[in-house]
Amino acid sequence: MLLSRKFVSDYIDLDKDLTIERIANDMTSVGNEYADCGKLIKASNLVVGEVVECVDIPDTHLHSCKVNVGEKVLDIVCGAPNVRTGLKVIVALVGAKLPGGEIKETVIRGYKSCGMLCSMAELGLDNKFLETRDKEGIHEFPSDVEVGSDPIKVLGLDDEIIDFELTSNRGDLLSVLGMAYELGAIYKKDVKDIDLSYKEIKDDIKKEFKLDIKTDNCSLFLAKKVKNVKIKESPDFIKERLIASGIRPINNVVDISNFVMLETGQPIHFYDANRLGDTLVVRQATNDEKLTTLDNIERTLSVDDIVIANKTDAVGLAGVMGGLSTEVENDTKDILIETAIFDSTSIRKTSKKILRSEASNRFEKGLDPKRTYMAINRCCNLLEKYADGEVLSGIVEYSNIKIEDKKIILPFDKINKVLGIEIDKKTIIDILKSLKFEVKDMDSQLEVIVPSRRLDISIPEDLIEEVGRIYGMDKIKGKFPKLDVVVGKYNKTKRAIKHKLCDMGLNETVSYTLISNSDVHKFTNDEFESIMLNDPMSEDRNTLRYSLLPSLVDIYKFNKSHGINDVSIFEVGKGFYKEKDNYKEDLKLGILLSGIYLEDIPSVKSDFYTLKGIIEELLDYLGYVNRYSFVVDKNIPKEFHPNQSATIILQGKPIGIMGKIHPSVSKDDIYLAEINLDKLLCNIGSRMIYKDIPKYPSINKDVAFVVKKEITSEEIKKEIKKSCGKLLNNIKIFDIYEGDKLNSDEKSIAFTLEFLDLTKTLTEEEVMTIFNKMIDDVSKKLNCKVRDK
Amino acid sequence: MEKDMERDNIICDLEEQLKKVITRNDVAQIKALYLGKDGIVTKLSSKMKEIPNEEKKEFGKFLNEIKNEVVEKIEKINKEIEERELNEKLAGDSIDITLPGRKIKRGSLHPMTRIEEQFEDLFVSMGYTVYDGPEIESDENCFQKLNIPKGHPARDAQDTFYLKDEFENFLLRSQTSTAQARAMEENKEKGPIRIVCPGKVYRRDEDATHSHQFMQIEGLVIDENISMADLKGTLELFCKHILGEKTEVRFRPSFFPFTEPSVEVDVTCFKCGGKGCSLCKQTGWIEVLGAGMVHPNVLEMGGYDSKKYQAFAFGTGMDRFAMFKYAIPDIRTIYANDLRFLEEFDRKDVE
Repeated sequence: MLLSRKFVSDYIDLDKDLTIERIANDMTSVGNEYADCGKLIKASNLVVGEVVECVDIPDTHLHSCKVNVGEKVLDIVCGAPNVRTGLKVIVALVGAKLPGGEIKETVIRGYKSCGMLCSMAELGLDNKFLETRDKEGIHEFPSDVEVGSDPIKVLGLDDEIIDFELTSNRGDLLSVLGMAYELGAIYKKDVKDIDLSYKEIKDDIKKEFKLDIKTDNCSLFLAKKVKNVKIKESPDFIKERLIASGIRPINNVVDISNFVMLETGQPIHFYDANRLGDTLVVRQATNDEKLTTLDNIERTLSVDDIVIANKTDAVGLAGVMGGLSTEVENDTKDILIETAIFDSTSIRKTSKKILRSEASNRFEKGLDPKRTYMAINRCCNLLEKYADGEVLSGIVEYSNIKIEDKKIILPFDKINKVLGIEIDKKTIIDILKSLKFEVKDMDSQLEVIVPSRRLDISIPEDLIEEVGRIYGMDKIKGKFPKLDVVVGKYNKTKRAIKHKLCDMGLNETVSYTLISNSDVHKFTNDEFESIMLNDPMSEDRNTLRYSLLPSLVDIYKFNKSHGINDVSIFEVGKGFYKEKDNYKEDLKLGILLSGIYLEDIPSVKSDFYTLKGIIEELLDYLGYVNRYSFVVDKNIPKEFHPNQSATIILQGKPIGIMGKIHPSVSKDDIYLAEINLDKLLCNIGSRMIYKDIPKYPSINKDVAFVVKKEITSEEIKKEIKKSCGKLLNNIKIFDIYEGDKLNSDEKSIAFTLEFLDLTKTLTEEEVMTIFNKMIDDVSKKLNCKVRDK
Repeated sequence: MEKDMERDNIICDLEEQLKKVITRNDVAQIKALYLGKDGIVTKLSSKMKEIPNEEKKEFGKFLNEIKNEVVEKIEKINKEIEERELNEKLAGDSIDITLPGRKIKRGSLHPMTRIEEQFEDLFVSMGYTVYDGPEIESDENCFQKLNIPKGHPARDAQDTFYLKDEFENFLLRSQTSTAQARAMEENKEKGPIRIVCPGKVYRRDEDATHSHQFMQIEGLVIDENISMADLKGTLELFCKHILGEKTEVRFRPSFFPFTEPSVEVDVTCFKCGGKGCSLCKQTGWIEVLGAGMVHPNVLEMGGYDSKKYQAFAFGTGMDRFAMFKYAIPDIRTIYANDLRFLEEFDRKDVE
């Protein structure tokens, strides 16, 4: 919302020494933020001059002029086609700052130039406000304009503006009047009445015109008719105020409709009454109904849109824009004025779909019915005054709305209880009165009558906000709430997982939840229904991810494209799916390793066992020692290497998957893991409790078995444990051999077995008995032999 | 006298011989020469039996002295050789200490995790519980129960991702304020609440300062005597803690459908300290939070008696704080996961 200082000053006296910046900041401190403020025309150092001599510079389009600027006559070179002797012009003096730069004394083609003759565009006026003649050359003043005077003032553009960014609850501020009330509350000033007077002729609109409201989405509709208007240029004050407010002047009649909308906030539509006919119908559009709006674009409507129609066709898109067929044109004689209130939600939907306009913006925020009446009368007033119109008596009216000021009881103590400060009663009453609310002091409470223009106020808390914002929210002194001491809690495990992985050298990533639907079933064989978006921004981001792994692989590719091949990353985030009509989200951990893991000399690259080690370390750290296993799974997702992957099992249930990426997905050695943390963490970690430190020495024995390659170390371990029984305290693999000394289908795995008895010192004989029996057992069971024996 | 001379001779000879030794083996030979079976000192002591009884004591003393002196001299030279040999060995052990140390790989925590943890730690220390709500939400929790009915213009500010076939029904939460509705709903006793809810939120919007996915934190305190002043004190503490002790906080009236009164919270610009710069558009202030007293409708919809309870709520984009704290210019950098970016966050935050 652009607020013109001149415009608002028509309704409130603002002190001359209040700068526009000060006003903008004062408005901000009561809750009305601004984006920009300053002079309407930012050019400086301008003066009205008269061209007293104009000589063509040979072989150019340029002219060497002598320009009288009052105090002196300047030499100025000008290229405009319309420059000529006797013309009164805008002169930018040396040192003038224009949007295009600063004016300097210069020599052009050997001719001295001490200034510039300006077009309106060179002053920084937006192209849309330029009249045709101003587009083609420098601005021409009428001959009676005084040389040496301020051209901006002569043009009536000596205005200042504030560009407000208003909150959506303050529809009332989309009007100059509303702004005047707000400024009145800040500066304790009264708001002047608006002139609504006009004469009525005998003819009665009701005899000429019928109204038919066929929709619930119109709560108030008013129509008046004005005859014999004369279309001409608007008076300067209207044009100036429209330009300052960002609206292009067209002619007196159209300008009045915009002017009154700016004044009152009530959108207005003028129909050419003769083109319209004698009937107005307000109804919902039909599906695929067509309407060409004022901007000459054919719109396709639906049953959700409200239209204004005559007997045959739609003539306007209610709340958004009028129709082309009944537009006010230069030959228009009679006008039908419409002011109405349409359902704000409905207008919001239509304008979102079709077009946002000054009108729709105001309808969406809600309107004060009193202003609907005020605006139609103001139009009559101005049309009579500035378009010589004759106003018909009577009004065509449909009303299904309560028009009343709201009465709110405000308990006095509640104000300070909510704000947490002490404001005395007098100050509170003064503030409410400065907003032009009626206040009755009823001792412990106030009875406040809020004018209907303040649609945003309906409960005591709203009034407390009014008191607070005018008093100054920032005057509230911060204190600490007096609350019971309670213990705050947070998810320590989630944090521990992140920190542990970071400590193991992994970089944490945070990637987007939304991925392409074509990726959602990758890296998993789980059967689930994926969740897509209703209206995605792009195909790449149309589905909620189920697994984090597609994202991690994307991150790998992104980094590789930047020449980074050593990637060790993890992410903790949610995976989403639909199950029996319920939306589910599981917390997941994804890990990706590729390239160098340890920057040693030589460096150590990640492999399957690096990843497995990290997972084991994490699970042990979380308290799941000896409760998990990695098992070969024939049903591994096709994106994984079929023979270098495993399912991670905890307490007999799968919690995740890990392995090498399938070469058909990427030729790079990438290792991936994903663990469902919700499934993991529903198992409580083992308690950390003291165990006796062994009092007696242990005995270590080494053994190496030569087995068929397909036999896993885990299988051998299992057999060793089974045979040795309780006295086997620990078992470690210390060597693996495959090669020349063995058959090609064989491998050797060497174990160190630690025997320990917590109750006594073991003897060599005891251990050897167990050890030898174990060798026999394992050899038989797994059909293998002991190496080097 | 005769004995003294004899001793001096022996010691002198010994010293002469010891001067020539190089290895410990040389020393061993000399040791044998003096203290061995037929050694000089050994032979001398065999004279004891020829000594008259009354002189035996004195001779014994003399023998001891000479023996000790010989042992001492030999041991000394032995030690010297040992030391020399060790030094020679150590010289051969020298390494290039300028080679790089063996790197224990150092990972990094994402800047958003860092900010989240700092926020959580502060609020947990003040008795807030971290509340973790779902990212898929109902329209009811995200909007309706926050006093934003269908068709409300405030919905425009948050262009929402609805799920397929779920328009105005289920969505990706557009704000962590949903935690307000959920926490009130879940608190069956309808007693005091003190929570913060950090998490991901989603809006159809993307440019240098907006990402379609970003992170917010919502705070909610419900009790019988909670006021705007309490809110301001809390946010002052919070902003100073996160952005530095010199940070000042300004309340500006604003509008949110779920709070009344509502304020926007500005902090002194962390770049210029409030003098005015390009970051704060010369105002000296930067907007960082939205906050206010929870609207009575929201309390009532959550099952709370708005006559008994008052509440404040606040919400902020954590990404913005991360951008401020770590001077990250473009929000998209945060979610690009360029390792060169991630590795910049590989150490402890400076206190």
